[in-house]
Amino acid sequence: MTTSAGAQTQAAPAGGQPQEQAPQKMTIAKALNAGMRRAMEADPKVVLLGEDIGKLGGVFRITEGLQKDFGEDRVLDTPLAESGIMGTAVGLALRGYRPVVEIQFDGFVYPAFDQIVSQVAKMHYRSLGHLKLPMVIRIPYGGGIGAVEHHSESNEAYFAHTAGLRVVTAATAEDAYWMMQQAIASDDPVVFYEPKRRYHERGEILLGERAPYGLHDAVVRTQGTDVTLLAYGPMVKTAMIAAQAAETEGRSVEVIDLRSLSPLDVPTILQSVEKTGRAVVVHEAQTYLGMGSELAALIQQEAFYHLEAPVIRVGGYNIPYPPSRHEEVFLPDLDRILDAVDRSLAY
Amino acid sequence: MSDDVVAPVDTAAPATHEPPARDITDGGPDMVQFLDAEGHRVPVTEVNSPYAQYLEDVDGEMLRSLYRDLVLVRRVDAEGHALQRQGELGLWPSLLGQEAAQVGAGRAMRPQDYAFPGYREHGVAWCKGVDPVNLLGMFRGVNHGGWDSNENNFHLYTIVIGNQMLHATGYAMGVQKDGLVGTGDPDRDTAVMAFTGDGGTAQGDYNEALVFSAVAQSPVVFYVQNNHWAISEPNDRQFIIPPYQRARGFGIPGVRVDGNDVLASLAVTRAALDRARGGQGPTLIEAFTYRMGAHTTSDDPTKYRIAAEVDLWKKKDPIDRLRKHLVAEGLGDDEWFGAIDAEADDLAQRIRTACQQMPNPPHEEMFENVYVDEHPLVTRERDEFAAYQASFEED
Repeated sequence: MTTSAGAQTQAAPAGGQPQEQAPQKMTIAKALNAGMRRAMEADPKVVLLGEDIGKLGGVFRITEGLQKDFGEDRVLDTPLAESGIMGTAVGLALRGYRPVVEIQFDGFVYPAFDQIVSQVAKMHYRSLGHLKLPMVIRIPYGGGIGAVEHHSESNEAYFAHTAGLRVVTAATAEDAYWMMQQAIASDDPVVFYEPKRRYHERGEILLGERAPYGLHDAVVRTQGTDVTLLAYGPMVKTAMIAAQAAETEGRSVEVIDLRSLSPLDVPTILQSVEKTGRAVVVHEAQTYLGMGSELAALIQQEAFYHLEAPVIRVGGYNIPYPPSRHEEVFLPDLDRILDAVDRSLAY
Repeated sequence: MSDDVVAPVDTAAPATHEPPARDITDGGPDMVQFLDAEGHRVPVTEVNSPYAQYLEDVDGEMLRSLYRDLVLVRRVDAEGHALQRQGELGLWPSLLGQEAAQVGAGRAMRPQDYAFPGYREHGVAWCKGVDPVNLLGMFRGVNHGGWDSNENNFHLYTIVIGNQMLHATGYAMGVQKDGLVGTGDPDRDTAVMAFTGDGGTAQGDYNEALVFSAVAQSPVVFYVQNNHWAISEPNDRQFIIPPYQRARGFGIPGVRVDGNDVLASLAVTRAALDRARGGQGPTLIEAFTYRMGAHTTSDDPTKYRIAAEVDLWKKKDPIDRLRKHLVAEGLGDDEWFGAIDAEADDLAQRIRTACQQMPNPPHEEMFENVYVDEHPLVTRERDEFAAYQASFEED
């Protein structure tokens, strides 16, 4: 961890040479930090707001060192009030700033829900295009960390449901680094979901000048021919492990990392499903009216004659997020995904 | 807002004319006033003296122009009301009775100062130079906000009560970051105003805005028009401690001003804006006034308030008192007042015509400006919609 500061500096060359040849190994947490750092260096209008993001660097240390390097004027420790954070970020954006807001945990975004849905999402529309709100709302989400209530939720569907917002999530360090910069550069508000249980997993990043993918591209993580697994955020890794396990049983599973929940990369999804004829959607969120519902509807509508089996959803049960002693069975895991793959292939 | 109960406010005549139990027209000893209900200049007191300097430039011409604004704003409002009754607008929130509170505040602002209104701030919009016609679009249903906020530094109307208090606070924090506070240059130093009503003071966003602005010492003036009614709920359903007194608990100076006195509203707002621009932080102003009409054209105030209360406030009318003052000072005669009324008639005619001629937008336009950059779902549905519409045309 002590060398990471150097890595961050290299991640954000201030007009320096990109280091195409030397991929860096970095955790998702550090990659998010490096992405924000680089965006802040590139644009003085980028400001960070949130609770405990200054000296502490956030409860997950995602903003570690940024206040020290960019000053209290650009990394603001706010009062503890999420609507206040969101509403003042709207005002800053109206004044020409690009606020990056940290919501401390998924379950703490609800006090800001009104500002996000009524103001952030609708300001551009309401103003007939005169006003823009180039904001990023960062939300660490998902379970699997043994936390108390309100710290493990996957509430992405609320925001993906809301027109005017873009909703993305990173599953790898490389995506964390690049998608953060792309989200900050977006002139539309972006809700950026961070898979908190994967924060400390490492991945390789090519610190070039160009992002490998667009912000709203889905990416095929594992090629396969028998069934398509659609996953995002913390479930991508689980899905990839499931694909490996299936392979040992002679089943070829294609894993697609959706990356963007609004908009969806429809062509990439359909291309895969048309090839495999089968789709299983995996997410931590409760399935009822979740992303899986939308994906199932999309696939049956657009790829009906290619389907060999109904689209199957694997997700959280439709109960409140349970006490953490249950989360091992509440959250989709390898076995539940493989079970769904089996059921799909049984048709 | 879509209640079908409609009672014209101007003809409402409830049975009871019993006087209210207490005199809610009395703003108490802390209220800053310069012009009383009879149009007399109030002597200098301990309460109003700190603000007297902010009226030093108010000469006869200025008084006449304030009067003109009050009359024109009232006429804009009356026209909005009439257009709703004639079916041209779906809704109109009247500012009747609050003209002085709004014109005083609006005229105190400099061009670079930014205003964040609720949805009743037609008078502030007028002072900031927004064409009243542009206010009508959202109430006619042709748009959600028909003006470019940055042209006149007057933000779009905010309908969700209290949201805009935080926007103003954040905007003011941006002004601080821009280095446009306390430079000493009156043409550069910038302040922000946030408008809400007595009902708004109960909202979380309102209270969070006071906390955030106090902590950041941002250059924002919160202007609460206490018109005594949040739809059907009186002050005693909104707070125990009045807004101007609560400000102190947030670490913000609070002042109550006679909102029916345009001079006091002007002076107190000027003082607060000066503080803000000078880097001394936010101020909360409670403009003590009264909503003479209904909450909106969909409201029926005869169900919850008595006519005697309205009668009392009629005697405190903001325009009558300035007119009396102008007459007493020899600043206005029948001819001059008549000319202002004629100008108001012309304005009303222009607004009416423009409203009636405001076209329905083509339906394809509803897909525009959802996002700045292309969003495939919106594009797809827009195209599907266009094809669906076209399928009828071909028949």
